[in-house]
Amino acid sequence: MNWLYIGVFMIVAALLPAAAITVAGILAPKKPNTLKSSTYECGIETVGESYVQFKAQYYIFGLIFLIFDVEAVLLFPWAVAYNQMTLYGIAEAIIFVLILLGGLFYAWRKGELEWV
Amino acid sequence: MTFWNDPINFIRQWLETLLVGWGVAPGVAQVILLVAGAAILGVLGLVWVIFLIWYERKIIGRLQDRLGPNRVGPFGLFQPFADMFKIFTKEYITPEGADRVPYNLAPVLAVAGTLMVWGVIPFASRIFGADLAVAVLFVVAAGSIGELGIIFAGWGSNNKYALLGAFRSVAQLISYEIPMVVTLLIPVMLSGSMSLQTIVQSQSIWFVLLAPIPALIFLITQIAEVGRAPFDLIEAESEIVAGFNIEYSGLKFGMFYVAEFLHAFTTAILFAVLFLGGWRGPFAEQIPFLGFVYLWIKTFLIYFLTVVIRGTVPRFRIDQMMDINWKLLTPLSLTMVLVTAVVHSLVRPLGSPLVTLAALLVANALMGLITMQLMRASTRSRRRPMVAPSTIIVARPETERQQSTLE
Repeated sequence: MNWLYIGVFMIVAALLPAAAITVAGILAPKKPNTLKSSTYECGIETVGESYVQFKAQYYIFGLIFLIFDVEAVLLFPWAVAYNQMTLYGIAEAIIFVLILLGGLFYAWRKGELEWV
Repeated sequence: MTFWNDPINFIRQWLETLLVGWGVAPGVAQVILLVAGAAILGVLGLVWVIFLIWYERKIIGRLQDRLGPNRVGPFGLFQPFADMFKIFTKEYITPEGADRVPYNLAPVLAVAGTLMVWGVIPFASRIFGADLAVAVLFVVAAGSIGELGIIFAGWGSNNKYALLGAFRSVAQLISYEIPMVVTLLIPVMLSGSMSLQTIVQSQSIWFVLLAPIPALIFLITQIAEVGRAPFDLIEAESEIVAGFNIEYSGLKFGMFYVAEFLHAFTTAILFAVLFLGGWRGPFAEQIPFLGFVYLWIKTFLIYFLTVVIRGTVPRFRIDQMMDINWKLLTPLSLTMVLVTAVVHSLVRPLGSPLVTLAALLVANALMGLITMQLMRASTRSRRRPMVAPSTIIVARPETERQQSTLE
């Protein structure tokens, strides 16, 4: 029943804004012309392709994010079972987090966290 | 159960008996009520934004020594309605060469990702959408759908500024998700469950007292996730005009606006639920509606704080923003998980909540002091070199110059 509710609620959450946008689209005027629908760039015309190259830094941060997010999600089952755990299980999680921190400090020392 | 202490469940039961009385099968009646409940909660969430816009404009106005909206209706209360009717009749301008599918999907995803979180929030002891066993993970997952909306918007607009905004959102929203997820571990650890209802019920001592530093980290990451003032790099008006939403007009832009306000309020609710005891308070168990009032008071405290931060703190530079996340919040949150786990498991066999509270408070205070010392040391080690101009040209007044030539 709970999951059914979540499924229904997800559909409702997507339908409500979509419906509002559609209704406004019907109410609103439609008078497009070339000047109006050209790309906005502070009054001057766009030079060249608008899908510009991006800084490689963004990609590196994306990679670091991927590593940390996956491993943080791995910690959630441990956190749920934490109250019933002996000291051995806690020590294991501590070693896991220390390895994570080690990876972070490695990236830091390598200069990957500098924004240049 | 009477109408006065639990109106929502009272109406639900009354409707169910009514539907069954009309000859509807009990299973079908339950599904009808479930769909109706989902629709009502979704609509209420969106309508609530109208009030939030008024509230925030009023407070920001006062912070900037203005009156804020005060013409339409009492205290300007009807101003957002007027704005809403206006924006409904505005034309959609789709830029040439836009990637239609992501461009049109983005505003829907931005609102949906935020609104979905409302489905799992416990508003009171018996007023909630669904009590999922993995609600915390659901909140994280739904939050990243909103980020997807922003990236879609920047990519689909065929505009350099929008694309720059999308790049920045990759750097900011994604990075700040790590300390957020890691600090979410601590309420889960302390309560032993991922269900938000159980987390609220296990807070006989508020978690903000047991874990003040993780609570602060969570608040900072939430402000960054919303993309508000100190962290508004993805739509920085003075740098990249409006960032990801520059090519949007009419209600498509309005939906991004709604998503931002709804997200800001949702994060305040989440903070109140996870760290401030949610609906807990005197007599909240007997009268569920009172619990709802308590939750709303706590939420508005946090929301007011975020609005004041928005109105007072200037924007970070992008390298500062990344440094705060990767060099301060991420290592600190991981360390706080370690410290909380060790201290809590050492004190737990004593079985006294007061000792646990004292031990965790001392551990947090120590960690805070160590962090402050480390930060001070690092700022001292990389103090900026003073840049002095080589020649100083000073303009002298006309009369003085004439005097000097005469001499």
